[in-house]
Amino acid sequence: MASVQPHRVRPGRGTELLLLVPALGIGIAGYVLAGLGATGAVPPHVVAYAVGTTVLAFAVHVVLRLRAPYADPVILPVVVALNGIGLAMIYRISIAYAARDRSDADIADRQLAWTAISVALAIAVLLLLRDHRTLRRYTYTAMVVGLVLIVLPLVPGLGQTINGARIWVRVGPVGMQPAEFAKIALAVFFAGYLVTHRDTLALAGKRVLGLQLPRARDLGPILLVWAASLAVLVLQRDLGTSLLFFGLFVAVLYLATERTSWIVIGLVLFVGGAALAAATFGHVGARFDVWLHALDDDVFRREIGGSGQLVYGLFGMASGGLFGTGLGQGRPDLVPFAYSDFIVAALGEELGLTGLIAILLLYTVLVERGLRTAIGVRDGFGKLLAGGLSFVIAFQLFVVVGGVTRLIPLTGLTTPFLAYGGSSLVANWIIAALLLRVSDEARRPVPVVRAIATPDIGVPVSSPGRTRPAGNGRSTGRSTGRTGTPVGGTPVVDAPPVRTSGVTPPARTGPDPDDRPTEHVGPDVPDRDHPPVEPPGGESR
Amino acid sequence: MNTPLRRLATITLVMFVALMGAATWVQFFQAESLNTDPRNVRMLYREHGNARGPIVAGGEAIAVSVPVDDPFGYQRTYPQGDLYSAVTGFYSIANGSTQLEKAENDQLTGRSDQLFFTRIRDLLTGKKPEGAAVETTILPAAQQAAREAIGDQEGAVVAVEPSTGRILALVSTPGFDPNALAVHSTSEAAAQYRALDEAQGNPLRSKVIQERFAPGSTFKLVTAAAALESGSYTSETLVPSPVELPLPQTSATIGNFGGSSCGGEQVTLADALRISCNTAFASLGMTLGEDAMREQSERFGFLDPDLTVPMEVVESVFPSDLDPAMLAQSAIGQRDVQATPLQMAMVSSAIANGGRLMTPYLVDTVRAADLTVVSRTRPQVYSDAVSASTASQLTQMMVGVVESGSGRSARIDGVQVAGKTGTAQTTEGQAPHAWFTAFAPADAPRVAVAVIVENGGNLGNEATGGAVAAPIARAVIEAVLAS
Repeated sequence: MASVQPHRVRPGRGTELLLLVPALGIGIAGYVLAGLGATGAVPPHVVAYAVGTTVLAFAVHVVLRLRAPYADPVILPVVVALNGIGLAMIYRISIAYAARDRSDADIADRQLAWTAISVALAIAVLLLLRDHRTLRRYTYTAMVVGLVLIVLPLVPGLGQTINGARIWVRVGPVGMQPAEFAKIALAVFFAGYLVTHRDTLALAGKRVLGLQLPRARDLGPILLVWAASLAVLVLQRDLGTSLLFFGLFVAVLYLATERTSWIVIGLVLFVGGAALAAATFGHVGARFDVWLHALDDDVFRREIGGSGQLVYGLFGMASGGLFGTGLGQGRPDLVPFAYSDFIVAALGEELGLTGLIAILLLYTVLVERGLRTAIGVRDGFGKLLAGGLSFVIAFQLFVVVGGVTRLIPLTGLTTPFLAYGGSSLVANWIIAALLLRVSDEARRPVPVVRAIATPDIGVPVSSPGRTRPAGNGRSTGRSTGRTGTPVGGTPVVDAPPVRTSGVTPPARTGPDPDDRPTEHVGPDVPDRDHPPVEPPGGESR
Repeated sequence: MNTPLRRLATITLVMFVALMGAATWVQFFQAESLNTDPRNVRMLYREHGNARGPIVAGGEAIAVSVPVDDPFGYQRTYPQGDLYSAVTGFYSIANGSTQLEKAENDQLTGRSDQLFFTRIRDLLTGKKPEGAAVETTILPAAQQAAREAIGDQEGAVVAVEPSTGRILALVSTPGFDPNALAVHSTSEAAAQYRALDEAQGNPLRSKVIQERFAPGSTFKLVTAAAALESGSYTSETLVPSPVELPLPQTSATIGNFGGSSCGGEQVTLADALRISCNTAFASLGMTLGEDAMREQSERFGFLDPDLTVPMEVVESVFPSDLDPAMLAQSAIGQRDVQATPLQMAMVSSAIANGGRLMTPYLVDTVRAADLTVVSRTRPQVYSDAVSASTASQLTQMMVGVVESGSGRSARIDGVQVAGKTGTAQTTEGQAPHAWFTAFAPADAPRVAVAVIVENGGNLGNEATGGAVAAPIARAVIEAVLAS
């Protein structure tokens, strides 16, 4: 194919608007069906509910139109759909609890309030954070904030132990799980730190057994932070979050250094750590026991640390079968914490395997969109941040759903966007806002710059399968993925196929997506949106 | 950084595919076993949401679901308390179910395939589905008589109609009150279950069909049948009956009850049965051989792992690979011979029915909620256990037992009762089990009974089948004949 002619990149807000309709429809229909199934009547306040969620979703949409017009048009609808499904299921469970006069029957209203707060905060992030690179300035602040958040529950008088885990902070009537926010702070810190040190991490240091080991002074600080957070989480008995931070750390390290050995080292460390923890800490060992022998009667009936909850969840999912009992027709309230940790089991029961897989596909779309954003964005910090945050969503889902379905030991985390919980919902909406912000940057077209002919490559060469606007002043060569030619200041580019859907035209092509230092093609290019974020020099190998 | 990002995208895809696989594993491949797991209360909740059909005996509900105002909607109740506990079993949220409540669950809940059209109709008319009623073959008068006669002794009573196999009475003591287990409070139900599970005498198990015992001398009916069937014997054939029978290849001997003589070195087969002569039957067993003995016991229903009434009946045992000494002991119902009380009732029942053994059954009719008959059990021949002439000779011999032998306490004025006593040795230091099996009237039998009173009941070491078990059988026979 020939070079693509430059044309206007469509921001995608129309697509987003179109997608928001079914996304809201899923949540509202689910709400109505849950009421019909459980009580036989349409929920009395359904109109207020529908209007409320619609207003919230459109508020974000409008803010995106104004402040991030090129943001990915799929992320918001997927998040709205997931949030709506979660609200419908929590409402359904609250009906069952109300019938049994349980004190926590108000979860649906509370979650609705949390949704409003979350959306408001997401909007605030989009409004206040005009450029995600600003966050890089707060690399070390993020580190401190993250550590403080993690340590907070250990502060006497502030922290609270609930269900054996000391992960809550309560001030007056408001409780929160600071770890949910710590994961954002740490993602910022990891991204900021690693983007600065990636080359030294990747290249300097000894090779041991074919593995490139970084120097201690490069890896030290990040390792320290990670180890500190892990140690504290172990103290708090918050296995899920420890696992999550570990996953985030390894993933971002791998992204930054591009060395598969980190994944190997990470997995070895993880398996070793897990074995050690299982042998050392009774509660960790019990988790493994429950995982491996969940259906054994003595494990099932064990008063403390038994597999009861897990097995009840499995029973629920099994009774749902392929097509589910129908919303409001099952007994998800038989599973302890069906509205939070085990909401996946509740959804599996009433929506069936079909519904559960549909939900997992929504997450797949969300995460792949996030990673796609990371590929598309030009600066290394943005890549690491978007990649890390996307992976956090994916990994958190994996840990939760894997635990509930007995794929891996159960550790106890909330399902992003679905599960009840203010901290979780707020944090995940903020992550969504950050991804939207980065995606705006990623998809924004680059101002046309003057074309220069390079003596050794000549006019821009097109290669099949790769699209780029002609005349953007950059030529592309083959795709080694990382090398740049220092000749004439023309980096060789591994241009990604940036077409993301039929609706979205190539949003931005050309400039070095491999994130070697962004260079000015000419001294006179005004590039407000893309200032050089890193000095040239990474190519000196 | 794009290459690792793409790889990371692949990794997340792999993770999500693994999640979908795990969900499929739980919700599709494992679903069946999880759904039928006894700890899965979901089925019970679903069933409780609908009216469970009643279990009926003699037109009267012995288990019925009563609407209550709690999340379950219905409470299973047993108006007769412990009287029918061995028939109905229990139906509990916390502990599952047993006996008919378990065996007929599909009918009682209305989930049976036979109720398919009823279900469709309920679905179309929007009527709440109701389970079918299970009508038992139990004769309440016989059940009552059996329960009262055995009293607080541990044991079992079963009565069968010889011509059909209908089970008329089924009692296992100590019984239990199923109402206590059916309570909706999980903790209370679990506590009650634990208490009963640990209680003396295994109240939760039906001794009629789930436990087996050495049948002792009642097994001599099988040995006698084998002898008559061999063609070499009649009831008047003389058999050796020493006071002590040395067992070949051992230093042990078999003696008679109380060390008494059977009235000479030889007695007729009829007399041997009448006075329950051990040495005569032990030597008879050795003469007949293991194969003949096993074949005869199988025709009476021994060694059948598949018998259901519709509850599963534990297999009664006649051992194999016997040396002569073991065979001699087996022929008098000791050693490894073991029988359920139902099995011994089947032996009597076959003799009573002219040698034709009918398959015993407990469920007569299943009716849908609208009273239409869903199914009705037809009597079925289990086997031709003995020939008509053998049956008639055995009947006469058994009449002798009651009229002038070890079973005199089963005599009923004006009715000829045919019976056989048994006093089965148990473990060292324990009183023997007292057995009695009988049928009446001898010329036109209407009921066959088997009774076991464990460890001698109220008489302890003094107990014999005649003294302890026979009066219970008599009470049941009288109740059936009076109805």
